[in-house]
Amino acid sequence: MWRDTVLVAGKDLRIELRSRVVMHQVVPVAVMVLVLFAFALGPDRAPMAHAAPGLFWVAVLFASVLAVQRSFAVEAPDGARDGLRLSGLDPAGVFLGKSAAVAVQMVVLEVVLTAGIVVLYGSHIRSYASIVVAGLAGTAGLAAAGTLYGALAAGLRVRETLLPFLFLPVAAPVLLAGTRAWQAALGIDSGSTGDPWVRLLLVFAAVYLALGVVIFGPLQEAS
Amino acid sequence: MAPAVLLTTAVCVTGRFPALAGVDLAVAQGEVVVLEGPNGAGKTSLLRLCAGLLPLTGGEGTVLGCDLRRDAPALRRRVGMLGHAAALYDDLTVAENVRFSAKAAGASVSNLDAVLDRLELGGRVRRTPVGRLSAGQRRRVALALLVMRRPELWLLDEPHAGLDAGARAVLGELVSEVVGEGATVLLASHEPEASVPLADRVVSLVGGRVVGVRDVGAGVARRSGAVDALRSVSGSVHVA
Repeated sequence: MWRDTVLVAGKDLRIELRSRVVMHQVVPVAVMVLVLFAFALGPDRAPMAHAAPGLFWVAVLFASVLAVQRSFAVEAPDGARDGLRLSGLDPAGVFLGKSAAVAVQMVVLEVVLTAGIVVLYGSHIRSYASIVVAGLAGTAGLAAAGTLYGALAAGLRVRETLLPFLFLPVAAPVLLAGTRAWQAALGIDSGSTGDPWVRLLLVFAAVYLALGVVIFGPLQEAS
Repeated sequence: MAPAVLLTTAVCVTGRFPALAGVDLAVAQGEVVVLEGPNGAGKTSLLRLCAGLLPLTGGEGTVLGCDLRRDAPALRRRVGMLGHAAALYDDLTVAENVRFSAKAAGASVSNLDAVLDRLELGGRVRRTPVGRLSAGQRRRVALALLVMRRPELWLLDEPHAGLDAGARAVLGELVSEVVGEGATVLLASHEPEASVPLADRVVSLVGGRVVGVRDVGAGVARRSGAVDALRSVSGSVHVA
């Protein structure tokens, strides 16, 4: 399974390095979300800094939909999906590999967005460790859940519109917990610690990773 | 010896109409069977059913000893299919596509260069993204995936389409070679002049049913003759 995970993740990341779809299309869209909200919130930096964690995770959430769609789009043309089914790869390895590739791309995006909220919104990071742990846990959860629902939608003609409908409500706990954890790490909510929210992010990631390993194969067969 | 493919009144319904409406077919191990028939006869559906890519919705079927209803995932690891689509990643190079497929199947990649050279995909072409290749070259890459994997059952859907005489000769050699190693080949084609010389038997399909089977003689001798004929036409078949 782990060999297949590395193989699939390497393949997906190499395709992204060549095509640069996520870097050239998804990252600019996410940055644009931050910029447009900055305009909408006005020139006063206080409300912008207060809203920064929520806007960060909203941008990450929408960008993750695009990254997951791209992850399955590379399998669609020229019968590559059939090729993947005939490849002999362990479905659990395919799931973990695709999730890992999406997660790596999301981490790159999050680094850019973090710089964006510091520069545009005047946010000050109080706890780098909390930011990193919450970011990684949230990213793992979004990548795993997104890949699972991406596989569900992949075989359908309406997959582009169906995926957000399926995935966004499910990802709501990540939006909530990620925002609260980042509020604590940025010193916005000084009365609370972000630890419970980080734990929720870790549980979410663990549940969806385990679920994906178990049901990705049957899901591929069914779709 | 158990047959490589054994279908008994096999039905496959995709959408509203049956693609296969009760196919009876037995293919022995090491046999080359050509499927012929008009468009919509069910040739591609039959190959996809045997690959475990389409569901068996009626009748019985085993391929390489795997029950088509229960063991399709296990079966898919043992078959190789060259379909209408080449199943390639456009952004990866020729070598990267072939290496990924071979590693996924757990096959050795030590003979990668020899296989690519044999299919005239060496040199600059091996470093070219597949999306920039011609249709014929893509077909050669798809063939290279199968050569690297060496499946037990080769399912070839219009394998001659887009191939020049040199590549057709290599295809003929490959069919002879893998059959000699004990593999079985099911080949669907609209080009009897290219495919029948490779065959042991020809099965005619119409409307999702087998309407005729004919023995076309000693396959080994015919295959050898067909390859020689193509080699004389191309004059430049490179054999690794």
